[in-house]
Amino acid sequence: MLSVLVFLPLVVAGLLLVLPASAAWARWVFVVTTLVEVVLAAVLWADYRSPGPESLAFDQQVDWIPDIGVSYHVGLDGLSLPLVVMTTVVFAACAVFALRDQHRPRTQAALFLALETTCLGLFAAADLVLFFVFFDLSIVGMYLSLHGWGHGERRRSALLFFLYTFLGSLALLLGFVGLYVASDPHTFDMVALAADPPLQGSGTAGALVLAAVLLGLAVKTPTVPFHTWLPPAHTDAPAIGSAVLAAVLLKMGTYGFVRIGMPMLPEAWRAWAVPLIVIGLLSIFWGALVALVQSNFKRMVAYTSVNHMGYVVLAVGAAGVVGGSSAEDRSTAVSGAVTQMVSHGLLTGALFLLAGVMWTRRESYHLAGYGGLARHAPGFAVLLVVAALGSFGLPGLSGFVAELQIFAGSIPVVPAVATGLLGILLMTAVLLRAVQQVLTGPVGALSEAFADVRPHEWLPVAVLLALSIGLGLAPQPFLDVVGPAADTVAELVAR
Amino acid sequence: MDMTADIVAVLPEGILVIGAVACLMLGSWTPRSRQARVRATAAATTVVMLAFAVAGLVREPTTAFSGTVAIDELTGVLRLVVGGSLLVLLLLAGGEVRGHPRESELAVLLLLGGAGVLLLGAATDTAVLVVAFLLASIPLYGMVGLSTDPRAPEAAMKTYLIGALCGILMLLGASVLYGLAGTTAYAGLDALASAPAAGAAAGVALLAVGLMFKAGAVPAHFWVPDATQGTWITTASFLTTVPKLGAVLAVVRLLQALPPDRVWVLLVAAVAAVTMTVGNLAALTQHDVRRLLAWSTISQVGYLLAIAAAVPGSDLALPTLVLFLAGYAATNLGAFAVLATDPGRTEIDDWRGVGRRRPGVVAALAVLLLGLVGTPPTAVFVAKALTLTATWEAGLAWLAVLVAANTVLSLAYYLRWLTACLRRPDVPRTGEDRASTQATRVAVVCAAVAIGLGIGAAPVLGLVG
Repeated sequence: MLSVLVFLPLVVAGLLLVLPASAAWARWVFVVTTLVEVVLAAVLWADYRSPGPESLAFDQQVDWIPDIGVSYHVGLDGLSLPLVVMTTVVFAACAVFALRDQHRPRTQAALFLALETTCLGLFAAADLVLFFVFFDLSIVGMYLSLHGWGHGERRRSALLFFLYTFLGSLALLLGFVGLYVASDPHTFDMVALAADPPLQGSGTAGALVLAAVLLGLAVKTPTVPFHTWLPPAHTDAPAIGSAVLAAVLLKMGTYGFVRIGMPMLPEAWRAWAVPLIVIGLLSIFWGALVALVQSNFKRMVAYTSVNHMGYVVLAVGAAGVVGGSSAEDRSTAVSGAVTQMVSHGLLTGALFLLAGVMWTRRESYHLAGYGGLARHAPGFAVLLVVAALGSFGLPGLSGFVAELQIFAGSIPVVPAVATGLLGILLMTAVLLRAVQQVLTGPVGALSEAFADVRPHEWLPVAVLLALSIGLGLAPQPFLDVVGPAADTVAELVAR
Repeated sequence: MDMTADIVAVLPEGILVIGAVACLMLGSWTPRSRQARVRATAAATTVVMLAFAVAGLVREPTTAFSGTVAIDELTGVLRLVVGGSLLVLLLLAGGEVRGHPRESELAVLLLLGGAGVLLLGAATDTAVLVVAFLLASIPLYGMVGLSTDPRAPEAAMKTYLIGALCGILMLLGASVLYGLAGTTAYAGLDALASAPAAGAAAGVALLAVGLMFKAGAVPAHFWVPDATQGTWITTASFLTTVPKLGAVLAVVRLLQALPPDRVWVLLVAAVAAVTMTVGNLAALTQHDVRRLLAWSTISQVGYLLAIAAAVPGSDLALPTLVLFLAGYAATNLGAFAVLATDPGRTEIDDWRGVGRRRPGVVAALAVLLLGLVGTPPTAVFVAKALTLTATWEAGLAWLAVLVAANTVLSLAYYLRWLTACLRRPDVPRTGEDRASTQATRVAVVCAAVAIGLGIGAAPVLGLVG
């Protein structure tokens, strides 16, 4: 079942390329497939029972290269299941949003379906090599999307994206090899490595291996100072490319923290905890401050991602400070990190799709150019306001639940991280300012005769925002899934 | 061991030589317009050779001719990879040299060169190694010179001069080692442990120079780009693929035979490090796709030598090497086959817009170039991941880091070519777009094999060790 969920989009992508489908067909196949994926993911969620430590639900394992302990091993737990579901929802939203796209829709549908397989595969992977395979292929897919469907300086941005994230992925691979070489018996199996972490008590060696892993994940996340590829990539990407990149691909980095770094290298993680907290705080402030001075809407949203991912890094760093903290606090911080990943996926996905609406109308993201848009496009205005409110963490939306947990879990451990709360204040200023510039005031040149959102545009955005509100108002079912897994991670990192 | 058994043991090599002679005679009696039958004969010979190679693979490992040639799993795998490569090359030659006055000669030289490479990879005696070097090199000089490209004479001359110089140095090295160890057999090289260190080092280094020429590795790599650019694509594919396979195996065998001393490992590791870095740096600035691929093959042999350096220190290294050799051959030949689909496109910019006209060719090219980078799930990816593992295990973690860093470096130029294909052309190309369907098919099959070897890596790894 899980493997079907992972590979169905790839199979459909292959068929789309081989069979002579018309553009209209291709678009609908894209929508239907992603909706089927949502249904499959929902069924998995309904079937899901917390698997307990050192095991996975929907576990499936087939030998691949047995000589070195590499296998096709997939499974889910409370860390990965929410991300899998979020991924299917984001892709479905993108498919609907792309229903009117004119530029080579067949190839685009095939590309995004293939990309969906790599994203789902990564979150489902329980083998480091398999994880890496999907990690790397997602880079190729996103590169092609940027290169083929982007605008502006898309080629340069695409190349920068590829080089940067590929460098990160190779650092990651080196880290994985380090884990393999240090494990006894040698294995790449993630369950086995988490159950019996290698490099315990090895001091420098463990710290170096973790450094390689962290570098790889930090580039993908991205955290300051490895974020420079992100703003150009986002600015020049097509709307649905940006949405997938921000909502799903960035999570590959943060997911790696909780899935690989903390459980497999606990001792080294504790040693790296303080630098991680510092990097998290830097990302929070840097992302917010730079976002504040942007005049380009999409660039601004891109920098808010740096800020939001900073909270995740802060949380996982704080969870590594074991002395003087209770397991409960650490678990809360980890749970907050996972919630933030999902919440950010929904909200930033919505924001980037709204940016796409601006681009299809006016081919410009210039904030000041769109004044008084609320008058011409009330539907657009409502969606933008809700997405912005969620993004700076207004209670009632998912961002609040996430940030509350992150700070509730982190501040008892390291009181100094309370300064990070200022980041939320800054973010509020950033988003309110943007909303103000776009929606209120005198009508700008770009706002004249701006057609309001059409069904294929508002529907996906509204669904993403509705999920965010649902998560914000009734987080308990979600937290029931994440909680046990977060407890496990908090326990494992304390070993 | 009696003579018959010896001959049976080296039957695949023998078949290639006999086939070459037969093709030579057949070619001289066949009218120029019907020389395709010579290529067909050569291909048939290769198929027979492959059949015997498979048969040899299931037999127990042995040696032939008083222990001067090892017939083990490594030799067996080399036979399969070289045989497969020869078939690909003969197919490619069909599109390129059909009706050319030297059509049959090319087939003959391919078979002879292949036999030389097999001997190079199997030799366990310095004297045989030198003979194998000559057998593998002389057809190469001729092959490069066959092309009527105005650059071909210079390319052939350069290849020949560097080859001859390296051959002489190699012979000198073999003599020095004979003088120190009192034998040419690898089995007797243990005696070097008690020989003067400087002498032994000089002998081994000089011997290695010849192998570096065949591998196209630093410091004997200068001929590769010129020869690749100045000759037929078929020849270029041969010289950047097949000799490397035998040379790297020869390095492994030499390393295993030398007295266990860290210095030899470090020597190979250093050559590997310099070769991959030089190859990648030089490839970055190339505009001609043939030179770009040539420098890329130099960098690739650096990775291969990195595994060779790990052989004494890691059990994983030999299986990795086998996978890398097979994966590299398929991927590199495929990339050259893409060149052969339209030999007129020599500059990177000439490839603009090809993505729209020939999506199949560019899809294959994407798989192959990303394969050379080491993107999953291709064979070179699995091999490279294992290379990192093996070198790390062998205590060469710095080399693993360097392999990873070089991989990132290489990405820039592979992508440059690939993105050119995806771009819109400035001026639409006029005239008929004549892409060789034969070469397209070869490229697609090679891409499929590259992915297949990656996903089905386990059985290939299981062939040795």
